[in-house]
Amino acid sequence: MSSAAPLVQILANVRHVVLVLSGKGGVGKSTITTGLALALRQAGNKVGILDVDLCGPSIPRMLSVGRPDVHLCDAGWVPVYTDAQKSLALMSIGFLLDDPDKAVVWRGPKKTALISQFVSDVAWEELDVLLVDTPPGTSDEHLAVLENLKKHRVDGAVLVTTPQAVSTGDVRREITFCKKTGVPILGIIENMSGFVCPHCSECSNIFSKGGGEELAKLTGSVFLGCVPLDPQLSSSMEEGKDFMELFSNSATSTAIGGISQTLLQRLQTT
Amino acid sequence: MADVPDNAPEHCPGTTSEKAGTSASCQGCPNQSLCASGATKTPDPAIAEIGEKLSSVKHKILVLSGKGGVGKSTFSAHLAHALASDSTKEVALLDIDICGPSLPRILGVEGEQVHQSGSGWSPVYVEDNLSVMSIGFLLSSPDDAVIWRGPKKNGMIKQFLRDVDWGELDYLIVDTPPGTSDEHLSIVQYLSSTHVDGAVIITTPQEVSLQDVRKEIGFCRMVKLPIIGVVENMSGFVCPKCKNTSEIFPPTTGGAEKMCQDFNLTLLGKVPLDPRIGQSCDEGKSFLSEVPDSPAADVYRTIVHSIQEYCSKRVTGDQDTC
Repeated sequence: MSSAAPLVQILANVRHVVLVLSGKGGVGKSTITTGLALALRQAGNKVGILDVDLCGPSIPRMLSVGRPDVHLCDAGWVPVYTDAQKSLALMSIGFLLDDPDKAVVWRGPKKTALISQFVSDVAWEELDVLLVDTPPGTSDEHLAVLENLKKHRVDGAVLVTTPQAVSTGDVRREITFCKKTGVPILGIIENMSGFVCPHCSECSNIFSKGGGEELAKLTGSVFLGCVPLDPQLSSSMEEGKDFMELFSNSATSTAIGGISQTLLQRLQTT
Repeated sequence: MADVPDNAPEHCPGTTSEKAGTSASCQGCPNQSLCASGATKTPDPAIAEIGEKLSSVKHKILVLSGKGGVGKSTFSAHLAHALASDSTKEVALLDIDICGPSLPRILGVEGEQVHQSGSGWSPVYVEDNLSVMSIGFLLSSPDDAVIWRGPKKNGMIKQFLRDVDWGELDYLIVDTPPGTSDEHLSIVQYLSSTHVDGAVIITTPQEVSLQDVRKEIGFCRMVKLPIIGVVENMSGFVCPKCKNTSEIFPPTTGGAEKMCQDFNLTLLGKVPLDPRIGQSCDEGKSFLSEVPDSPAADVYRTIVHSIQEYCSKRVTGDQDTC
């Protein structure tokens, strides 16, 4: 690998760095990261996503970028752009793997080594917001990401949960992780927050209700908002389609758009 | 020697790792020359000890998924409840999700303490014939985060297997975190001198899940862990008002059914979404007892039956079958 420019120089072009965390798996971190990125882009921002989930990198599929070849320039890995205007850039650790369909069965130290290199060596151009999508937990990957990103600046983290106690129970621990590692908590997002039946409009709280807001109160964090369970959001992510464009009038896109604006305001005032 | 000795530096690769003594982090460590000599890479004696300890466990089942949030812990807990509904069977659950231990809450025993005796740590009893061990019981507060690197997590898993006084068991079910990392390698490694019946793989219908689950299947094949079958969770939602079905997590690439065909695996069952499942888990109750007539409970029972049948075809050392 060619020598990369110092980290400080690379991330100097990035205005805000936001981690997307959860203690819990499957709450929609990647979906929310992608949704927020699309919303921020729609509002005219230049956005980047850094996907450090080594075992399950989902973002390439959600942005329909397939399996691109990635290249090194003098400044580091060149991110993949989803459009000609370069308004949304993506770098996924999945791009560096020889066979993206094969399991990455690595112990912590090897993951740490790759992530450390990866986080430090992406040649981002000018970005308003860089969102960092992470795997669930509080372990090697998270420590590696933080150790490397903190050399620049991490504005903070958004925490994603679903409403039920089994989720918020894990997210509480992630909040402790943030406090112990000095990562400001920008806010909590409650995903899968109710399902409105498309046939009769009855709302069912499939994964319970209210847990995200309660968690925010309990931990003194800002509650950024709720995103409902929406099969169209799931299928757009599956098919790599821009949900915010395709379903711009839906309650879900209004919710995601609102959260992205609140987040941007918090970033611009802290 | 411990996998990560107390006097090891922060990024210690582990004393049994290939890089032991030679990685950059080893510089300046008092154990560096010992590790570099290869003395620490001999097979971990704990593997044989665990083999001895678990010789009184007739059937061992791992519950895996590459993906998070698909219902591994929910399934593990309810599999255990169902197996323990036969009061002549002794069942135990081991929760190796070190960062996100959900089983204490799901089983209604959050806040319980683990006790130590001459014969080791005693697991927490949910019923007379159902016990569980989780790091959750060792944390003093629900806010405590376990911010451990791989080698320390591995050490904990080894302790759970070697030092817990499980007693004679018909079934030991191991609930795992998502991914294919330290915890998964360690559980397979530490159980390598015992007989493991196989793994139950949990997924949800959508491709974003399946793409991770295929990797988990690859992992199982790589470590020669038999796969009992696949469970598809969150498989459709029936509106309680109008009774129409919605596919909230659409099977855009054929769901678990197609994946099982492609990999020649058994699809054990498709469990529909039912808000009462999540509710029962939050309240620490068994969904199978709370709502026994629900369609989801029916599917669960069919799946458990298939697993029991699979296990009954495995003959244990003393020719005893379940």
